[in-house]
Amino acid sequence: MTQAPLPKAHVRCQLNGQPVEFLADQHMSLLEVLREVLDLTGTKEGCNDGNCGACTVSMDGRIVDSCLVLAPEVDGRTIETIEGMAPPGGLHPLQRSFLEEAALQCGICTPGFLISAKALLEREPDADEHRIRHWLAGNLCRCTGYDKIVRAVLRAETAMAPKAAAGRTRRKKSA
Amino acid sequence: MHPFRYVAAGSIDEAVAVLREHGARARPLAGGTDILAQLRAGRFELDALVDVKGVPEASALRLGRDGLDIGAAVPCYRIYEDPDVSAAYPGIVDAASLIGGIQIQSRATIGGNLCNAAPSADSIGPLIVHAAAVTLAGPAGTRTVPVDSFCTAPGRTVLGEDELAVSIHVPRPPARFGAAYERFIPRNEMDIAVVGVACAVVLDRSGERIESARIALASVGPTPIVAAKAAASLVGGPPSADAFRAAGEVAADEASPIDDMRGTIGHRRDLVRVLTRRTLERAVQRASGGTASGNTGRGTR
Ligand SMILES: Cc1cc2nc3c(=O)[nH]c(=O)nc-3n(C[C@H](O)[C@H](O)[C@H](O)COP(=O)(O)OP(=O)(O)OC[C@H]3O[C@@H](n4cnc5c(N)ncnc54)[C@H](O)[C@@H]3O)c2cc1C
Ligand code: FES
Ligand code: FES
Repeated sequence: MTQAPLPKAHVRCQLNGQPVEFLADQHMSLLEVLREVLDLTGTKEGCNDGNCGACTVSMDGRIVDSCLVLAPEVDGRTIETIEGMAPPGGLHPLQRSFLEEAALQCGICTPGFLISAKALLEREPDADEHRIRHWLAGNLCRCTGYDKIVRAVLRAETAMAPKAAAGRTRRKKSA
Repeated sequence: MHPFRYVAAGSIDEAVAVLREHGARARPLAGGTDILAQLRAGRFELDALVDVKGVPEASALRLGRDGLDIGAAVPCYRIYEDPDVSAAYPGIVDAASLIGGIQIQSRATIGGNLCNAAPSADSIGPLIVHAAAVTLAGPAGTRTVPVDSFCTAPGRTVLGEDELAVSIHVPRPPARFGAAYERFIPRNEMDIAVVGVACAVVLDRSGERIESARIALASVGPTPIVAAKAAASLVGGPPSADAFRAAGEVAADEASPIDDMRGTIGHRRDLVRVLTRRTLERAVQRASGGTASGNTGRGTR
């Protein structure tokens, strides 16, 4: 017996600063919507089950794995993806420091790391290495061995620090 | 994935009505960090998911005179980012801050952790030693079940098909109470407990005797194990290293671990010994006004 297909969910949200409206199957994930409905393929799929963080986006200011968010849950929310990270014609300091430190190889994990690291630096601009590693534990990288990524985040902290602090060696919190 | 309806319930009645309509073909959705992965892996099929995050009673986190009420849909970060909750409920905060990584903690709930009833679930032991009880709502009204009798088998609980968990009540701890939870995992973060141990103690006025104790073990049985004999062995005695070591021995006997890819029976019993001793030390330290809990980022291995 075939059943009538379920109606699509009609979703309105803020996406990278713009109002967006879309239709999606009710069981679709936010990741699928981004990549397949909205053609925003910067957000990557690694595991599709919450383990790798490649699909990390920001939802109402908190990072989430978009593969574990359903499309209809996004209604009324504010979403930021990697496509919204760089200012027009430039790069975000984290994007620049990832390039400078060669913190990527295949690049599949990179958008997720960038979104996660940005969320950390917005909360804790002085996060030390230990804190960075802890915060990024939900993002996996098969290529770099993580050291370069951590160095890139530390470098971005220095680049983003207010001018007053720039001259002297910045003290890192110890816990 | 089999297509399903997504229903954002705005009230308990609405959630119960949808669960009732679909029977075993519908389930509540909280953070989705267990159930969406399970659905995608084809573990089972559903016709409807009922999002309970919009149910006011399920999304409230309330610290009152009589204790803490954790709405079943409150994500972990709201628990460990609350300084008052962190100070008063150290064992629960230990668990909330080590479930998954930051992305998971943005979504994962204690209610979902409890209802998913994995033997390795990190929050259930802490809830048990904090003497928590969960309020369920169904077509016939509400009922309250102590967390230590909530799980019945791996992935199974006393929840009926048309019931949902609304909130978890954690009584206000008495004076000189301390609790702690630690697990062993092969990595620093983001892994499933090979063994987890939760302890709570209450010290007497002098601080030199243990007035009462509770110990619960994770990942060493089909459901969380209350190590009642180990806890009883501590009562009336001093909070000493010898007493903790002896309690660890008893707890290791009370565990009923299995061999699997994560660990052997022998390794697990050994871990119960070590973690019981360690969590007792920490619980006593907290009971005597020592260090607070919180998401410091220091992994416990
Ligand atoms: C990468 C990753 C890491 C993880 N790490 C850990 C870890 O370290 N420790 C750990 O213990 N777990 C871990 N988990 C498992 C999972 O995140 C937790 O069990 C989490 O607490 C589940 O909560 P949730 O809100 O996401 O539940 P959901 O997935 O929404 O629901 C889980 C189950 O509970 C039911 N349910 C949810 N809410 C209710 C309700 N109100 N009433 C009745 N039933 C309900 C659902 O129907 C479902 O069966 C991890 C998962 C992932 C993907
Ligand atoms: S694709 Fe979402 S966490 Fe891996
Ligand atoms: S650069 Fe390849 S996974 Fe990170």
